[in-house]
Amino acid sequence: MKRRQFIHSVGAGAGLTALGLSAGCATVGGSKGKVVVIGGGFSGATAAKYIRMWSEGAIDVTLVEPNPAFVSCPISNLVLGGVKQMADITTSYDNLKGRHGIQMVRDTVVAVDAKKRTVTLAGGSTLAYDRLIVSPGIDFMYDKIPGLNNADAQSKVMHAWKAGPQTATLRKQLEAMPDGGVFAMSVPLGPYRCPPGPYERACQIAGYFKREKPRSKVVLFDANKDVVSKGKLFKKAWADHYNGYIDYRPNHKVIDVDVQTKTLKFDFNDDMKADVLNVIPEMRAGTIARTAGLTTLDNRWCEVDFLTFESVAQKNVHVLGDSIQGAPGMPKSGHMANQHGKTCAAAVVAMMTGQEVPSSPVYANTCYSFVTADEVVHVASVHSYNVEKKTMLTVQGSGGLTPEANKLEGVYAMNWAHNIWADMLS
Amino acid sequence: MAQDLQVKQWASACANCHGTNGRAEGTAVSLAGQPADELIKKMAAFKSGERQATIMHQIAKGYTDAQIAAMAAFFAAQK
Repeated sequence: MKRRQFIHSVGAGAGLTALGLSAGCATVGGSKGKVVVIGGGFSGATAAKYIRMWSEGAIDVTLVEPNPAFVSCPISNLVLGGVKQMADITTSYDNLKGRHGIQMVRDTVVAVDAKKRTVTLAGGSTLAYDRLIVSPGIDFMYDKIPGLNNADAQSKVMHAWKAGPQTATLRKQLEAMPDGGVFAMSVPLGPYRCPPGPYERACQIAGYFKREKPRSKVVLFDANKDVVSKGKLFKKAWADHYNGYIDYRPNHKVIDVDVQTKTLKFDFNDDMKADVLNVIPEMRAGTIARTAGLTTLDNRWCEVDFLTFESVAQKNVHVLGDSIQGAPGMPKSGHMANQHGKTCAAAVVAMMTGQEVPSSPVYANTCYSFVTADEVVHVASVHSYNVEKKTMLTVQGSGGLTPEANKLEGVYAMNWAHNIWADMLS
Repeated sequence: MAQDLQVKQWASACANCHGTNGRAEGTAVSLAGQPADELIKKMAAFKSGERQATIMHQIAKGYTDAQIAAMAAFFAAQK
């Protein structure tokens, strides 16, 4: 029963101390145990809410998240283009506590003790769990770009690939750039978060230039050999709307950055100087996943059991979202992360309340990209659990692309955003 | 009970566009409280291509008739 208690009460309120005095299941409101969730993004917040909902409050859930509010990566490219504001992509965590009884802890987990089943917070206190959900998203492999491998450089050259202050700063840099300037951004080798995101960003920033700074241009350096996602649709949008505004250069891998002179350096190509840089480094699972020994694939991504999202390396520890080694055809997307959250929630509720774990998960991925301020293209797929291969596989004949960018899907894309934000946070 | 959680997992996949438990935000279509036979008919029409769509015809093809029937019953039961 100790697992359900906060074993150190540093920073914990009187209510938690009172809970700590309870002796057994029956005395804690029929509690079936305690789950700690690390990270309140698309997967973690969703898992936290659905565990509370599907256990009808029988499982205690604590969500540890350092940020004061959720800021969405999807739609953040529209903020960079000046079509939306930061407030449009920001949602409070308040309902998770008020409506769903989730204990919110604003802190960062710095260590996991899987034997004792505890996590240690940066603030010094410790939380005990029966099951741990690790959903820290991605971190960047700055060690591969020496000139950016320090805090000062990183405060000047944005990735803006985690929405928040980076998004706001990059927008300000674009606003400050004189007309006639060059905005250079780099796409890393896959797998990276949000495969179509860089190409949508190029559209949105080119759209801003076209409206307000028509002598400026976007140069998009892609480490990959071609556009990674929705290639034909993006190339058509670039030809139809941004002729002369977007210069796309595949097979350009950034290996260093000179922050002082705003110069990108490549493995095989000539250096490129620009007015505003946006370097998106290669990615790996969030740092805590690595610290906790969960990054079983190349010390980079976390392998999981796709029925439960339990780590292959640690019992009672689940990993969700962009940190995992995805199944074939499964992108690192917010939509997919939300589905991980619910599939894991169903399994965790089953395991903690003595039910059978659902054995046939099915879920979809839907990914909308804005090619102009109001025209959208999508890619969709449906994924189903394959018993023999023990992984999620794309259902044959399902899914597909938008035939042509259109405004109706612009409306659907915003409906998607509002519904998925509500699904995780309302 | 296990069946319940499996059906809930299937149905929860719709929430990203149609809202938690089928109660949608904005102008998206709410599934909650729609009669099961109507939902089954709509999904069959998306699946066969009889009904035009931007995306639902692509998603409907990913589900078996049994899964669609179970999800339809789930949404019909939501008030």
